[in-house]
Amino acid sequence: MAKTHISMKVNGIEVEGLVESRTLLVHFIRENLQLTGTHIGCETTHCGACTVDVDGMSVKSCTVFAVQANGSDVLTIEGMANADGTLSPLQEGFRMMHGLQCGYCTPGMIVRAHRLLKENPSPSEEDIRMGISGNICRCTGYQNIVKAIQYAAAKMSGAQFEEAAE
Amino acid sequence: MIPGAFTYYRPTTVADAVKILSEHGDEARPLAGGHSLVPMMKLRLATPGHLVDLHGIAGLKGIRRDNGAIIIGAMTTQHELLTSGEIASAIPILHEAARLIADPQVRYRGTIGGNVANGDPGNDLPALMMTLGATYWVEGPGGRRNVAAAEFYQGAYFTALEPGELLTAISVPVQPAGHGWAYEKLKRKVGDYATAAAAAVLTMSSGKVTTCTIGLTNLSETPLLAADAARAVIGTSLDDVTLKQVANAARAIMSPAADARGPVEYRKHVGGIMVMRALTRAAARTG
Repeated sequence: MAKTHISMKVNGIEVEGLVESRTLLVHFIRENLQLTGTHIGCETTHCGACTVDVDGMSVKSCTVFAVQANGSDVLTIEGMANADGTLSPLQEGFRMMHGLQCGYCTPGMIVRAHRLLKENPSPSEEDIRMGISGNICRCTGYQNIVKAIQYAAAKMSGAQFEEAAE
Repeated sequence: MIPGAFTYYRPTTVADAVKILSEHGDEARPLAGGHSLVPMMKLRLATPGHLVDLHGIAGLKGIRRDNGAIIIGAMTTQHELLTSGEIASAIPILHEAARLIADPQVRYRGTIGGNVANGDPGNDLPALMMTLGATYWVEGPGGRRNVAAAEFYQGAYFTALEPGELLTAISVPVQPAGHGWAYEKLKRKVGDYATAAAAAVLTMSSGKVTTCTIGLTNLSETPLLAADAARAVIGTSLDDVTLKQVANAARAIMSPAADARGPVEYRKHVGGIMVMRALTRAAARTG
């Protein structure tokens, strides 16, 4: 099977590879680039565990071909921390508010929440719940995920989040 | 789950896309948002040998007003519909319905053209486009033709599109000032297709309905216009007795499949309720 040469920016770094046209973006990220933070959950476009950011949009990377991301700017969970390696407000929020239990959905949740807060820096609880409705968590019941995102929104606006984790 | 092998094309003009699609006939498929097609390919329920990605065609994007119509490029995403001031003011029901499609990630990729051209009876926009009197612009090897949304759907996944043809834009008439609208969708969870859904657009004068159109989603093999039900609304003030009669008139043309969303009788029952709710909410928005 003929392969296509593709290149893209992933977490600020130029990468390239040879892929079949049928290679899914998530497989390129995990297998070619060895960035295994992006998870494969359902593989049927439902669960959102594979969410990455492509050119400013949250995308389920199991439902996009790698060739389609040729020339794109991609952000994965590995690119979320602050430049000095400390936790970003969202990562800190998930830690402080216990926004995860098994952690499988967390990379997708954080990458999705990143785009949500870029578009809406002070979301209501309903905005957050609608905003993460494409990401499924089977552990937390979402309460602490919502609080984690509220924590990050507060911190990014210079405020203090007052509530405790459930 | 890995799709079968295919040759990937990324043309930059509609003419080139049509040429590739025509050359390969049934072996080729256009790739819009891909959130219906790619899952089908992963399950090997679709195995196109040639995939024509439409993302490189700038001419298929965008929303513009043209006299009495809004022209929406086929590759306009549902996310773009939701952020468009033009859509929110001129066709507010499209804004309301787009919010109910799938989930945020899917709406960043999913396109209006893919949603209406795929022929999936579960998609929300086909019945809405019929309700709004929309026209589809279709380009093929023989040139461009227009197809009314109401004449586009022939069966589940069967449409008026011929092999080699591409739906390029949708022309939606600007709805009259003061019209009321509502899209009511019953679904089991976010991201699900409708168990039953109804679109209603109407105008009123002195408390009586003067014009009314009703569309039905996922209640038959194709989207439906409930013409008899809509006629029964004209001249009434949408009292309880009328609403029940209208719901029954709409149920008379419903023939939903029995599936995980419920048996036929249940889906017809709630289909009628969606019609009543849509009419009531639409009437409250007239002004």
